[in-house]
Amino acid sequence: MILCKVIGSIVSTIKHDCYKSTKLMLVRPISPKEEIRKGTIVAVDTVGAGKGEIVLVASEGRSASELLEFKCRMPMRSVIIGIVDTISLKSGSAA
Amino acid sequence: MKLGRVLGKVWATIKDPKLKGVKLYIMQPVDEYENPLGKAIIAADAISSREGDLVFWVSGPEATLAFDDTQIPSDASIVGLVDRLDT
Repeated sequence: MILCKVIGSIVSTIKHDCYKSTKLMLVRPISPKEEIRKGTIVAVDTVGAGKGEIVLVASEGRSASELLEFKCRMPMRSVIIGIVDTISLKSGSAA
Repeated sequence: MKLGRVLGKVWATIKDPKLKGVKLYIMQPVDEYENPLGKAIIAADAISSREGDLVFWVSGPEATLAFDDTQIPSDASIVGLVDRLDT
């Protein structure tokens, strides 16, 4: 998983069936010190994340289909699976 | 998944038979401000997008699953058209 910050959402009507009735959010990866990084990601929200929140994003298709209880695997990778309350970083250089 | 802007099209008559009838677009991965993210790539279109569209696409092994009936040899497939970005 990776740490991301929710920066917005997407409206999309024409999309693959597996995205029907899903909430699509725009997130940016962040470092453990909450520095925003390049590489905007489109992630399906399963936990009701809001703009500005720090979230946990899983980026692997098998977990996506299991999370959303789909029988077959789907063309979907990034899923928001948690909202982070606190980040406590011990000393040491976390890239 | 990531955002992308469809810039052009590629035709290839001699190709993997599973790619028959699949539209291949030149697509520039972008961020929410349309700044380019990395180089333009070729993506298989699964939702009949058109040149100039802002889309979102899936990479990696999941890209082969964008077509329900067959599994196509693609590592980048366009799976949605973006109507609006709210940032």
